[in-house]
Amino acid sequence: MLYREAGQYKSTYSADMAVFPLREDRIGIAVILATALVAIPFFGSDFFIASVMIPFLVFSLAAIGLNILTGYTGLISLGTAAFMGVGAYACYKLTTFFPNVNIIVLILLSGLFSAGIGVLFGLPSLRIKGFYLAVATLAAQFFLQWAFVRVPWLFNYNASGAIEVPQRTLFGLPVTGAAATPETRYFVCLGLVVVLTWFASNLVHGKLGRSWMAVRDMDIAAELMGIKLLNAKLMAFAVSSYFAGVAGAMMIFFWYGGGEAADVFSIRLSFNILFMVIIGGLGSLIGSFFGAAFLSILPTALKFGLPALGIPLAGAAAEHVTFMLVGALIIIFLIVEPHGLARLWQIGKQKLRTWPFPY
Amino acid sequence: MAQAPDLLVQTIWEGLVSGVLYALIALGFVLIFKASGVFNFAQGIMVVFAALTLVGLYEKGVPAFLAVIITLGVMFALAVTIERVVLRPLVNQPDIILFMATFGITYFLIGFGEALFGGNPKQMIAEQLFLPKGALDLQILGGLVSLQKIDIAAAVIASLMIAALAAFFQYTRIGRALRAVADSHKAALSVGISLNQIWVIVWFTAGIVALITGIMWGARSDVSFALEIVALKALPVLILGGFTSIPGAIVGGLIIGIGEKLGEFYWGPLVGGGIESWLAYFIALGFLLFRPQGLFGDKIIERI
Repeated sequence: MLYREAGQYKSTYSADMAVFPLREDRIGIAVILATALVAIPFFGSDFFIASVMIPFLVFSLAAIGLNILTGYTGLISLGTAAFMGVGAYACYKLTTFFPNVNIIVLILLSGLFSAGIGVLFGLPSLRIKGFYLAVATLAAQFFLQWAFVRVPWLFNYNASGAIEVPQRTLFGLPVTGAAATPETRYFVCLGLVVVLTWFASNLVHGKLGRSWMAVRDMDIAAELMGIKLLNAKLMAFAVSSYFAGVAGAMMIFFWYGGGEAADVFSIRLSFNILFMVIIGGLGSLIGSFFGAAFLSILPTALKFGLPALGIPLAGAAAEHVTFMLVGALIIIFLIVEPHGLARLWQIGKQKLRTWPFPY
Repeated sequence: MAQAPDLLVQTIWEGLVSGVLYALIALGFVLIFKASGVFNFAQGIMVVFAALTLVGLYEKGVPAFLAVIITLGVMFALAVTIERVVLRPLVNQPDIILFMATFGITYFLIGFGEALFGGNPKQMIAEQLFLPKGALDLQILGGLVSLQKIDIAAAVIASLMIAALAAFFQYTRIGRALRAVADSHKAALSVGISLNQIWVIVWFTAGIVALITGIMWGARSDVSFALEIVALKALPVLILGGFTSIPGAIVGGLIIGIGEKLGEFYWGPLVGGGIESWLAYFIALGFLLFRPQGLFGDKIIERI
């Protein structure tokens, strides 16, 4: 009833191949974008924008990156946080070398460095896969994390060993550093995430995305069909690390604002992003958003939501409950709904399609 | 290298000891992989959980040896729970799904262990379990080499356990059933092997190995969740030794242990130190390129 497909005819191939072929989907996307652009900055408090929305956007981008690698291409990676770190440090070095270049350009460029490093550590994927590849990406995680601490050039020989995010402006407004308001930082993040999601969506719907999925489903068959495994896998590593790198740069410049960056990009973060992808749905862009929303809001919701309901839960206990819940949820999702929250979303749409007369 | 032979011997000894401890964790992995084809990421946290349960019970006033028995009971309960809740619904799923499920187990155990016993580092009850203390000083090559007695005990206990496990796999009925399950879940089921029983047995065995590892490791440093990251060192050990080989876990552990200690000793200072955190992975990666199945692993391997 609400989701009426009947009567929406397509008369061109491009209309048939559209990403959102249904009017309802287009309206839905417009509503979501309007909410994100107008309602949240207007009605959300500074706390909500700075510690819920910005982390959510950053994690979404990182989850999209990992989803391209793990969900679409079937290559497991435990080193996402390290590639995010490469983006953050590359952006920091770039902005010290070229202080007058627009920070957005530098953030987008810093992803390229991350992509390069990603390809380097993706090279073993040509000979190995599965658990073996997981170990190879762990090598990236530990090596890069070590380099962030031990190579003083990376943090400009600061005595504190930390990145200090300088103030950079966009159209005269400060977007990074202490003077930037949460709203401006939020708008910049939102813009980057929307553009990059659009980019990712086009990639996975196109030729490259199809070859990734072919490699994931059966690599030997894909090779027989003429897909070059080398190119497909390395492109997956490059694109995935690019997204992770941009997310990492955003994380430091718009969310943390510096601090002990090397500690941020730990293996814990890698795991968290992997969980976002599993819970959100492997091989689904919208699932990346669901997973990021779920896991980035869960700890905050437990910390502040349960006391509001009258259940006393101290800070440490809330953390333990979060760990247990996340662990249990991963198992539950793997057993009950291997396609994650994205699949639940699809089921919901299907129900709306036949409502109020389900068959 | 020639100036300080005693330091070299000391370094190699320390490498051997940490190698034994890596090998013990890797052994837990190998047991479960060999017997069920599940790559158990949770082995590291099982070590922490077992040690934490033991110490936590002792702190609550339970006598040391009773605490060991109760901890074994807890590990058995854990094995049964994992089999019932996680593995049984996931029979015949792709390996990678089972691998990710063990991530879930890991996170659940972290939260559960901290909620029960707190996250603070604890002292292992080494004396109460009659583990030796102190150091043995030897005159070697004109210098003093100091061997901790607890390390010697760890090496002895590890060798005993490995011999017992190898015999168990090779000569007993259950051991053969375990190997059958590893080859194919479906085929094992069809010849009347109870998959559920086998899984409980193998996870319980891994739990026992985890407890022993936890005791030995906890006696060297404290019992804390920091061990969880160190436990990731078992992964390169596995790659080096092969996923299905018990002797491989030992030899791999020793190579990684000695390799990284020597690397840290000689090349660490050149690049600012701390290379121990990644050297093991690079040794394993380099090795992968030449012999993907590991030193003693099975030839059949999923690769392209």
